[in-house]
Amino acid sequence: MIALEKRPTPSRAWSAAAPLLAVALTMVAGAALFAALGTDPLAAIRTIFWDPLFNEQFASYSRPQLLVKAGPLILIAIGLSLGFRAGVWNIGAEGQYIMGAICGAGVALALYPMDAWFVFPTMVLAGALGGWAWAMIPAILKTRFRTNEILVSLLLVYVAEQILASMSLGLMRNPEGGGFPGSRNLQQYPAAANPELVAGTGMHWGVVAGFVAVIAAYILLNRHMLGFQIRLAGQSPRAARFAGVDPNRLVMICLGISGALAGLAGMFEVAGPAGQISIDFNVGYGFTAIIVAFLGRLHPVGILLAGLLMALTYIGGELAQFMLGLPAAAIQAFQGMLLFFLLGLDVLSNFRVRLGRRKVT
Amino acid sequence: MDLSAINPVILIASLMVAATPILLAAIGELVVEKSGVLNLGVEGMMITGAICGFAAAVETGSPALGFLAAMIGGAALSMIFGLLTQFLMSNQVATGLALTLFGLGLSALIGQGYVGLKPPATDRLDLGPLSDIPVLGRMVFSHDIVIYASLVLVLVVWLFLRHSRAGLILRAVGENHEAAHALGYKVVRIRLMAIAFGGAMAGLGGAYLSLVRVPQWTEGMTSGAGWIALAIVVFASWRAGRVLLGAYLFGGVAVLQLNLQAAGIAVPVELLSASPYLVTILVLVIISADRSRAAVAAPGSLGRVFHASS
Repeated sequence: MIALEKRPTPSRAWSAAAPLLAVALTMVAGAALFAALGTDPLAAIRTIFWDPLFNEQFASYSRPQLLVKAGPLILIAIGLSLGFRAGVWNIGAEGQYIMGAICGAGVALALYPMDAWFVFPTMVLAGALGGWAWAMIPAILKTRFRTNEILVSLLLVYVAEQILASMSLGLMRNPEGGGFPGSRNLQQYPAAANPELVAGTGMHWGVVAGFVAVIAAYILLNRHMLGFQIRLAGQSPRAARFAGVDPNRLVMICLGISGALAGLAGMFEVAGPAGQISIDFNVGYGFTAIIVAFLGRLHPVGILLAGLLMALTYIGGELAQFMLGLPAAAIQAFQGMLLFFLLGLDVLSNFRVRLGRRKVT
Repeated sequence: MDLSAINPVILIASLMVAATPILLAAIGELVVEKSGVLNLGVEGMMITGAICGFAAAVETGSPALGFLAAMIGGAALSMIFGLLTQFLMSNQVATGLALTLFGLGLSALIGQGYVGLKPPATDRLDLGPLSDIPVLGRMVFSHDIVIYASLVLVLVVWLFLRHSRAGLILRAVGENHEAAHALGYKVVRIRLMAIAFGGAMAGLGGAYLSLVRVPQWTEGMTSGAGWIALAIVVFASWRAGRVLLGAYLFGGVAVLQLNLQAAGIAVPVELLSASPYLVTILVLVIISADRSRAAVAAPGSLGRVFHASS
């Protein structure tokens, strides 16, 4: 008989080891999944986790992609982690990402073809505001009417997708695009473009913003009163209320920050790697960032590492699709599996496993 | 614009078809939440049911086997959630999200070979003379068996929760799991059964989408139906009868906006397509703004982790 005994405080060692163990278990389970699909499991694992970084043939293309993909994931996940710590569940980052991109691109398209230094900074501001405003809808409904923020933020993703479709077919359509859906390509508009800063690294302003967000979140959580309140509210809402923490203020701040960061991520993406507003602009970063936040233990440094790892599975997944004919959906299932293992293994940090017969009390 | 093209008889008939997937998923989730478990993975279980049902129906040529496979698929997926939350004590919100993300990936993986195929048709139930009643016959008495089964299910769930001893125990577990445990009820076992039932119903609802409503398989075809089902449980204040009302209200909006799109009304298509989600949000706000109802109705132990310390 296996019995679980609650630990007085969560084990730090297990808390750090769980993500690593989860990754290892996911690789084993993933290998089984790939084998079931008729792909050589070892080749698949190597193609996903090794070749993008170290294979001479692919690395020159894949390595820069690592930062391109990790940038938005880290930026969004940092924002989400603050809310998740406080028990504020913003799961509509995908929608805030879209709205940030639309607002950022909207500024650029409105100013086109003006060549001025302030075009890009204004876009950054507009992107953050767009994501913030979209996140304020669930925040205000939560604080004013106690409406569940999980459902509202998620349902707004579908509304944002419709707005995106409307924009790329109507208002923002490229007048010189021959009637095809999609806006002008912002990469060809130098004042608005978000180019690669150092050739061959994939570094663009969005990645810089991601790193800044990691540092800022670290300082916030460890050195600032607000960070303390966020952690307190998550661990013990009752204690937080006695300590004078205003739960409504916390909801507004957490949703606001995560919305603004998701909006920024969308804006940097539309001005950089994606280049334009189009119907299929969003590729699910907002949802994958949820996995990144948990895999990183809601800790800024952990999120940085988890973001890089998830970016690797994206790139490796594309490579495996191309080299081994592994379906794109397999990677999505793989990422979901990772989250399962992680959540399951968390039991080891909160409980002690005892073998032998349970005592009768 | 030609609003006269909208036939109210067909409108009501298609309303019932549109509402059924969500009704099934919502009534399953109602039982889960009544047992004190919040499973946010409805969307993932629905889409898994949609592809399991579709694949089984295409392979065997029998829609009935398809619906059965969908229920098994949904229940099997829900057991991952059950294992994690009930035995490994994981956070229910996070695990439910993981279930949705995993279900979307898994379904796309299974469904690769099934894009563009046509499933075998689901026969409508022969109700004899009832179907020949003018207007009413076309409207409500010429549907397939799943629609009637879903209506019966609402009644059964209502009776079960309200008037049966087992339902009383389930509610006790949901209201206060410590007290129920102290009384000797097997909290974990009861919750696992509820979760499996919720998964099976979500799977059945998903299969109704892919086999009857659409009928086709496309990736991510549930497009938020599972989340709307979750919202309807809240809207219903955890009552079976109101779940029916909520699902049919939603079905009405969904069908009406499609008809308005077809009639070419002077409203942007995107706004019409977004309207079911906007209406759901609006309804959630109205319900939660009612201070007296929202807080009292939710099961007391909803979403809380249970660990028997002794």
